[in-house]
Amino acid sequence: MLTILFDGIAYGMVLFVLACGLSVTLGLMNFINLAHGAFAMAGGYLTVVLMNRFGVSFFLCIPAGFLVSAMLGALLERTLYARLYTKSHLDQVLFSIGLVFMAVSAIDYFMGAQQQLITLPSALQGRVSLFGISIGIYRLFVIAICLVLAVALQLILSRTRFGSQLRAAVDDARVARGLGINVSLIFTVTFAFGSGLAGLGGVLGAEILGMDPTFPLKFMIYFLVVISVGGTTTLTGPLLASVLLGIADVAGKYYIPTVGSFIIYTIMVVVLILRPQGLFGRAAVR
Amino acid sequence: MSSLLSYFRPDTSTAQGTLLAPARWRPLEILFWLFAVSLFWLAPSKMLLLNEIAILALFALSLDLILGYAGIVSLGHGAFFGLGAYVAGLLGKHGLQDPLAGLLIAGAVAALLGFVTSFLVLRGSDLTKLMVTLGVALILRELANKFSSITGGADGLTGVTMGPVLGLFEFDIFGKTAYAYSLAVLFILFCLARRLVNSPYGLLLRAIKGNALRTGAIGVPTNLRLVTIYTIAAAYAGIAGALLAQTTQFVSLDVLDFHRSADVLLVLVLGGSGQLWGAVVGSIAFKIMYDFLADITPQYWQFWFGLVLVLIVLVGRGGILGFWQAGSAWLRSRLSKGGRR
Repeated sequence: MLTILFDGIAYGMVLFVLACGLSVTLGLMNFINLAHGAFAMAGGYLTVVLMNRFGVSFFLCIPAGFLVSAMLGALLERTLYARLYTKSHLDQVLFSIGLVFMAVSAIDYFMGAQQQLITLPSALQGRVSLFGISIGIYRLFVIAICLVLAVALQLILSRTRFGSQLRAAVDDARVARGLGINVSLIFTVTFAFGSGLAGLGGVLGAEILGMDPTFPLKFMIYFLVVISVGGTTTLTGPLLASVLLGIADVAGKYYIPTVGSFIIYTIMVVVLILRPQGLFGRAAVR
Repeated sequence: MSSLLSYFRPDTSTAQGTLLAPARWRPLEILFWLFAVSLFWLAPSKMLLLNEIAILALFALSLDLILGYAGIVSLGHGAFFGLGAYVAGLLGKHGLQDPLAGLLIAGAVAALLGFVTSFLVLRGSDLTKLMVTLGVALILRELANKFSSITGGADGLTGVTMGPVLGLFEFDIFGKTAYAYSLAVLFILFCLARRLVNSPYGLLLRAIKGNALRTGAIGVPTNLRLVTIYTIAAAYAGIAGALLAQTTQFVSLDVLDFHRSADVLLVLVLGGSGQLWGAVVGSIAFKIMYDFLADITPQYWQFWFGLVLVLIVLVGRGGILGFWQAGSAWLRSRLSKGGRR
């Protein structure tokens, strides 16, 4: 029982890392990027290739996944995404779905359609007993990393100069430019950072979620649920939402497998109807 | 003769003429339908493909009604298509084998779902709309998957039998009846949609799309109008799904898949949204492109689809019709300049 709870939390934490990047681009920059999962997939597959073909340590893969996805994000932002900030939401949706289709087929072409497996380093395998609960070490590791990340992100957004510049750029790009803030640079950095986080989530989730070419489509709905339930105004909202979602999903699949993912979709629709701004978000200011 | 000419070229110097102009059938449109009918004899071996095109065109037409005219973005329009397909398939399997009755019932059931969900969809921003429509479609797919005793689940619904259309025309394996049937339904519903969007109501929808707040301020109950069009569009999609189920006599979970909703969006932007012909032109282009790509790369055609989507967004969103109109306008301006010289 408590083991399931714990697995659910770990699962939810991975979802949080995956989704919080989206919460930044979607919530702050108001860009509907359905291709977010593609960046996560990039991180995940990078890990698979590095570990299985080149024998690189898993611990090195974590920063590598972040960096490569971030660079990919920066590249795409400069070349493509930047042109779409001012376009309609429909355009953004079409564009990012197109990217997802391309990513899915490309991965299928290069890596094959089968699910990719990685072997965790021995230090992270096995289980420990904490207060009488049997807990996988890897799960514990993931939760620790994610908690640190969540705190760091919150601090960056609310306490640093960059965070306030970002919020200014989002609130009113024109005035922010007038004040000498390099808005497009800030957007690029933010987008790259969000993609990097997705990549990091992909690395951490490769073992828990599984990696196959349909990953971006399969988990797109999960990201959207996290964002819609958690709201995009804070980071704690998505954090709580993803943990709840993780527990509900794991417990649901364990106890009532016949109902399956049905619960999640229903929760999302109900929350959106009752509170369009998210369960934990405050009402939109604008 | 002169009255016929004045039908095709209404006097646009008056307000009445200007408003009537888009409602008039252009010669090219009539030619297109004649051509579609003539394909019956010209391309008898392509009936199955043509049938699919007609169904896809009807599905895209229904999306055009809400997206192109009313500005409602949807990522889950496939829900109505799939529901219609399952309703028609189940009716055919359990006794009611008259295609037209099945079509009407499927349309009505889909309309009911559209009516109920429209209240959820019309709340909130574009993003909320996208997620709610997507969520509804996913829920429906899960339901079809879980109630496999009724729907056949992942194996699909088999044993669908259909009676002859109007009691006269049996469905054959070459798809001759299927194409004639689908084309007839498409034509009738196209005319209805054409009438609808050119009516004052259609004009209102475009006003709402342009600015819902101001349209509300001049006394239009915007939400009610949107509920109506969403319900109508759902019925259209349901009928399209029913056509597919009846002509192929098989329904699988595929009809509720996410790619249906994404494909139909691509069809519409490919053809050009906000003008009914875009749906028809888009579905022809889409199917030809699909046939071509699936031939070269059976497994990876999705990649090229993605590329087309990205390019359409980056290059501009008039679609094929947009190009056509821009091209003909350019040509006309060149010609008139030349005439003056």
